[in-house]
Amino acid sequence: MTTPTTLEHDHHAEAERYDKTIFGFWIYLMTDCIVFATFFAAYAVLHNNTFGGPSSRDLFSLPFALSETLILLTSSFTCGLAMLAAHRKEKAKVMALFGVTFLLGLSFLGLELTEFSHLVHEGNSWQRSAFLSSFFSLVGCHGLHITCGLFWMFVMMAHVSIRGLTASTLRRLTCLSLFWHFLDVIWVLIFTIVYLMGVK
Amino acid sequence: MNDIFGRLTIDAFKHDPIENGAGIGIAITGFIILGLLFYYRGWKYLWNEWLTSLDPKRIGMMYLFMATLMLFKGLVDASMMRAQQALAVGDSMGYLAPPHFQQIFSAHGTTMIFFVGMGMVFGLLNLIVPLQIGARDVAFPFLNSLSFWLFLVGAFLLNISLVVGKFSATGWLAYPPLSGNEYHPGVGVDYWIWSVQISGIGSLLSGINFLVTILKMRCPGMTLMKMPLFTWAALNSMVLVLFAFPILTATVLMLTLDRTLGMHFFTADYGGNPMMYINLIWAWGHPEVYILILPAFGIYSEVVATFSHKRLFGYTSMVWALASITFLSFIVWLHHFFTMGAGANVNAFFGIMTMLIAVPTGVKVFNWLFTMFRGRIYFARPMLWFLGFILVFTSGGMTGVLMSVPSADFQTHNSLFLIAHFHSMVIGGVLFGLFAGLSYWFPKFIGFKLNERLGRYAFWCWIVGFFVAFMPLYALGLMGATRRLNHYEAATGWHPLFMLAALGVVFIICGGLLQVLQIIIGVRQRRQNRILGDPWNGRTLEWSTPSPPPFYNFAIIPEVHERDPFWEAKHRHLPEKKQTYHDIHMPKNTPMGMYIAAFALVFSFAIIWYIHWLTIVGLIGIIACAIIRLSDDDIDYYVPAAEVERIENQIATRIKHA
Repeated sequence: MTTPTTLEHDHHAEAERYDKTIFGFWIYLMTDCIVFATFFAAYAVLHNNTFGGPSSRDLFSLPFALSETLILLTSSFTCGLAMLAAHRKEKAKVMALFGVTFLLGLSFLGLELTEFSHLVHEGNSWQRSAFLSSFFSLVGCHGLHITCGLFWMFVMMAHVSIRGLTASTLRRLTCLSLFWHFLDVIWVLIFTIVYLMGVK
Repeated sequence: MNDIFGRLTIDAFKHDPIENGAGIGIAITGFIILGLLFYYRGWKYLWNEWLTSLDPKRIGMMYLFMATLMLFKGLVDASMMRAQQALAVGDSMGYLAPPHFQQIFSAHGTTMIFFVGMGMVFGLLNLIVPLQIGARDVAFPFLNSLSFWLFLVGAFLLNISLVVGKFSATGWLAYPPLSGNEYHPGVGVDYWIWSVQISGIGSLLSGINFLVTILKMRCPGMTLMKMPLFTWAALNSMVLVLFAFPILTATVLMLTLDRTLGMHFFTADYGGNPMMYINLIWAWGHPEVYILILPAFGIYSEVVATFSHKRLFGYTSMVWALASITFLSFIVWLHHFFTMGAGANVNAFFGIMTMLIAVPTGVKVFNWLFTMFRGRIYFARPMLWFLGFILVFTSGGMTGVLMSVPSADFQTHNSLFLIAHFHSMVIGGVLFGLFAGLSYWFPKFIGFKLNERLGRYAFWCWIVGFFVAFMPLYALGLMGATRRLNHYEAATGWHPLFMLAALGVVFIICGGLLQVLQIIIGVRQRRQNRILGDPWNGRTLEWSTPSPPPFYNFAIIPEVHERDPFWEAKHRHLPEKKQTYHDIHMPKNTPMGMYIAAFALVFSFAIIWYIHWLTIVGLIGIIACAIIRLSDDDIDYYVPAAEVERIENQIATRIKHA
């Protein structure tokens, strides 16, 4: 048996690391899912406890939430395209598509913050009632995740532009795209439970 | 000027004499340790070999060291409470003011569960799991170090509260609305929140790490049903961590939002629902006790098989019992508050589910007993702890089944009867199990056995102390004594029983001190008690390595064909194969986990004291360190085959000369 060269070593080690990391990241996402589930449960318990204040029917606008949804879904789509390009090692395309994803994510965050500031300015802040506390926390928790995702995306774009699409960059991009799609799924649940069921 | 320090003023450092004593004691201990380090110039060694190490064996030892310190802190808390209750009867008000007494029982529970139980469990997992599955490391070595440092920061926050400010006075689970801002202003609950939150995140990361390690890194041939039972127990326990700890994270976060941003999740007004907190916290809290007990069950399975020189009886049923306990532990949480008023049907459901858990647990107890049946039993210390466990745990289990009847629970709810029950489970079950595991596996990692006789004395002190301290509590509970009493009337007739319970604590403390003495004497007599790899005639892979194992665990990754692979290998006398070594892939040491945890400490301390600028510093520090670490590709290296051969030859010569 010949001694494997360093290159083969690295190749083997990287394949193993990819396998473990992606699996571990999936597990992490599932635990994060439980964090969200807990906030959803709190919202389900508290959403009628308006304490004389406005209810979800008075506050939420479906067209606004729908536009947020469409923007986030589109960003997920462009993120998927970016990953396809990454696997084909098309660096310029990866940068462009993640750039679009980043901007879409940023505008989603902007819309969410607009909605929040609107509510606060009308005197319906998280301190108004238990319903609003649970609403701000659930949606805000998602927004916080989006913010982290944007930070991460920014760092990863720097990686791609400086280091190119190396094996380790690809591994990290895969985690990032899993994260981004996961946030999309959570948002679909928020859209359904908070907005669609809320304005009924 | 006031803004710079938030609500931290000079008053935070003013305490009553007893608290000052504790604070000064901690400070002196710290200075002694620092002084010794300077004296022996141990900094470089400590830094290179321990603090920055990613070796799970080193990290495991650090967990155990911290957990031991915290065990003594928790023991001091316990003895202060017992002393107060032995004194504070009738006209005497005892020596502890009520607010201080409340802090002590809150700190006692938090310490024992989060920093002793979890610390020892993760310590043992780090030491044993990679060796048992024939792996060189855990799946994510850096994450492992980060988990440890977050655990340490949690413990540190709890202890800082002795010196700066005060600790929570709302019990170990901080029930709202009492723990809300309105009824509990000040930093106490915030210390509790961040201590639990930070260490909880560490536990969650460890959970991910060990799950992936066990599922992805077993050596060739080790199918799931060939795994040693400790690894099986660890796997189940980690599944519980992954399902339960996110609930804790979210729930404690909600309490934080209530307290710092004025939200109304759990407040008594504005539509908040305190009962939701009780549900959520126990949806974590009940699985948590199984997170602690399952690894202990795993330890007993290893110990009984080894010291009976027999294969474990009913391996498959043991695995399924673990799995059913894992499942059932998520549908019994309501039995912690039958009295809250969920209604008869709901209570009945949870009562029956609770009774059901006794079935798989019973299966395990009988399997252990059948393993002993017709075995050649060697009554070494681990076996003594096991026998003590059987006695304490079975009696505690029976009172548990008693309380699972909702109508009976209404009588015993929050009484000392309950306290006696769950201390039977956590001392008799978890702690005895961890002691069994420590005395069983310690020689593997330090290369010598500890003093056997002192260990036996310690065991007898613990078990006698346990019965003297906790049996009176069953009686007191039935007589109507509730938990967390800092004073009672003489006419109750409780005084003699409280005195007896206090005496029991004296025995337990003697047990603890004997264990420390055992370690000191053991280190001094290490030359006489040197061992090779396999002091107990072990059965599983960890015993096939030399003691202490080299940092890469296995020079050649073993191949497994059956359960108890090492036992089979020993008894088959296979001809020794010619060994060819290969380069070994290992992670490089890094202090980054420590840095991230240090910024987490800054961050949480600043939030507790409302020092806003410092909060931002902490947050930026965490993010910056994380980005630096996650962008680093130079994180591993190869140990060349020649170096492996040199180390292996060195070990072989050492064994020949022993």
